[in-house]
Amino acid sequence: MELIDARQAARAATRRLMLGLGLALALSAGGARAQDQTLMMASTTSTEQSGLFGHLLPRFQQATGIEVRVVAVGTGQALDIGRRGDADIVFVHNKAAEEKFVADGFSTARKDVMYNDFVLVGPKSDPAGVAGKDVAAALNKIATRGAPFVSRGDKSGTHAAELRLWKGAGVDIAAAKPAGYRECGCGMGPALNMASSTGAYLLTDRGTWISFKNRGDLAILVEGDTKLFNQYGVMVVNPARHPHVKAAAAQRFADWITSAAGQQAIADYKIGGEQLFFPNANAGN
Amino acid sequence: MRRDELALPIAPPSAGPAHQVAHRPVPAGGVGAPLITLRDAGVRFGDVAALAGVSLTLQRGEQIALVGANGAGKTTLLRLLHGTLPSSAGPGSRIEHQPDGRAPVAAMMFQRPFLLHLSAARNVRLALWLHGVPRAERAARTMRALERVGLAGLAARPARTLSGGEQQRLALARAWALEPDILFLDEPTASLDPSARREVEQLVAALAADGVTTVMTTHNLGQAKRLARRVLYLDHGRLRLDLPTERFFDPQRPPPEAAEFLRGELPWN
Amino acid sequence: MDTIADSLHLALALIADADERLLAIVGLSLRVSATACALGAAVGLLGGAWLAVARVPGHRLLVWASNTLLALPAVVVGLLVYLMLSRAGPLGDAGLLFTPTAMVIAQAVLVVPLIAALARRLVADAMTEGGEQLRSLGAAPMTAAMLMLLHTRFGVATVLLTAFGRAISEVGAVMIVGGNIDGVTRVMTTAIALETSKGDLPLALALGIVLLGVVGLIYGLIAVVQALSSPRAAATRQAWA
Repeated sequence: MELIDARQAARAATRRLMLGLGLALALSAGGARAQDQTLMMASTTSTEQSGLFGHLLPRFQQATGIEVRVVAVGTGQALDIGRRGDADIVFVHNKAAEEKFVADGFSTARKDVMYNDFVLVGPKSDPAGVAGKDVAAALNKIATRGAPFVSRGDKSGTHAAELRLWKGAGVDIAAAKPAGYRECGCGMGPALNMASSTGAYLLTDRGTWISFKNRGDLAILVEGDTKLFNQYGVMVVNPARHPHVKAAAAQRFADWITSAAGQQAIADYKIGGEQLFFPNANAGN
Repeated sequence: MRRDELALPIAPPSAGPAHQVAHRPVPAGGVGAPLITLRDAGVRFGDVAALAGVSLTLQRGEQIALVGANGAGKTTLLRLLHGTLPSSAGPGSRIEHQPDGRAPVAAMMFQRPFLLHLSAARNVRLALWLHGVPRAERAARTMRALERVGLAGLAARPARTLSGGEQQRLALARAWALEPDILFLDEPTASLDPSARREVEQLVAALAADGVTTVMTTHNLGQAKRLARRVLYLDHGRLRLDLPTERFFDPQRPPPEAAEFLRGELPWN
Repeated sequence: MDTIADSLHLALALIADADERLLAIVGLSLRVSATACALGAAVGLLGGAWLAVARVPGHRLLVWASNTLLALPAVVVGLLVYLMLSRAGPLGDAGLLFTPTAMVIAQAVLVVPLIAALARRLVADAMTEGGEQLRSLGAAPMTAAMLMLLHTRFGVATVLLTAFGRAISEVGAVMIVGGNIDGVTRVMTTAIALETSKGDLPLALALGIVLLGVVGLIYGLIAVVQALSSPRAAATRQAWA
């Protein structure tokens, strides 16, 4: 008797519940669905935090009426979002990973858009004596002296660039991490925080550095080395893989950002009078 | 075991407070009709036989007291009669007769009634709702029940803020509102002071006079004498005696099976 | 210590300015968490009540599960809901990812075990006290359980307030399923995380103070309403609580 009662009551309650839930979801989802005039873009935290999108996207919206919504995560996660079809455009800065993305069929084409640069920051006192224009030499000194170094360790574009630079300096991180090497598995900001509070060296993109307010004792020690340039690429997610993707609108963005208007908008973006990103869409693809 | 079976008439109006006319016309099945029969019934809790080999018939209009030492099985027998415990030992059975063409309506009153954090009236309304009484009747029956027990003025008060005696009367109202054929009472006045006890006893007597069959467990032998016509004496899970009250409490010749018990229990007033 | 002093000043300045974007973020936080708690309450209260009285096989396992899920990290909930709502996932066609609805769902999933486990405890204790009597009045087990929820409604209210606190203060789930999109799915906690990661610690802390202030205001209003609605009942409630 008790058994039947409990089950029946549970069933009736569940029915009522499903109804209520469905209603609640429908009501709350009403305003939340993306319309034709919105695009979902997966990009990186460093790009968003540089403030570029706040400058760029309103111009695009003015020109085309399309609103772009940015989900800013690490490069690895951004590409994953694109692979899943949860975004319409992917805009990151890891050429090798992007080319693989295209090769795997998740996008039909990749276009160069702009580059910014990385800088090596560290304590003003520069205990490892790395200041200069040669990043490979600097990294070498850091490794041999076992100076503290913070790495993002999060498969981001910055992390990938950092690993490439270590390789170029003849240090095999995968085989043996130098004494003082610390991976935080975090974004650019938290990594800067960590470097600032522990007096460590760190590779960061200039954009995040300029807007970072917690510098403490840190200063730019190495810059201008061409190896430090960081290339951005834009990719439209392949509608053949994900039919729901707003391919036409996404293509308009890719076209716009590589057009004269978009490239000029990029060049116009300055922080404290300094230009952060250098458009290079026409410099080959 | 000794048993005297008598067909009992309805108790004549007692010399007490004026009471209302019976709340129902005398049912077709008639006074004295059997309501519940137990045949060799028993109850086991795990390994322990709380009750065994009980046979008796409950008839309409009876006023019964279940007495016995602690642990004798009084409450178990009460619940068995009420039907909230199934007969679980041996071949025994519980039969509900249907003298009016329907199952008898039973209500139970507990020593410490569980009242919800609601007003007194709402507690009664709730019982009616659980019983399936249609909404239109609930309000009226609630008020009648509260008036009957003298709590009409406290209807809106949170039930939990009432005094012990008032809570017990509320429990009585809750039971009475269901218009039961049988009212089971489990030590209804054990936790009350003497004046509250008197109030509750008067109400129970009035209800019995109205025609409600009452079955109560009690430690208070004076109460048993006052309110019961038939006494069932239990000892170690067995029904030892089933006698009319005067016979059980005969000071000249107390029944031998219960002699020690009667000696041991102080006759409370 | 400077940072904390700076943050307090900043928090007061933010509140005084009543900046539109801040108000929008606060509003979204409140809406998402309140809706999530409402949904979570519907499922959790019923579930908890059922768990308190059910006698189905495997019921002990369910109780164990509901208690264990109390320790479910918000970020794990976020991941699971993300995988469900992703286009590549089972509910992908609904296109709910990176919307406030997804955040509501994630937070609702987060608070259901909390509400269920606590409600189960409330109902079970009440049933120990009066379950038998309710049953003798003719209540079916689930009906008795629901009546006990009514009976312990002040305890239930505390459970819901606890759940709301859990929801509005979490960042792991809403970050993953919402994406912290500026103007769309940015809530207080993800804004705090963002400012922290940008290194703007005073602002991050200030936002934290604002969040606590808003929640404190709401709980304060609730207390005032309770006290006003019936002074004598409120005093009596004090005695029961």
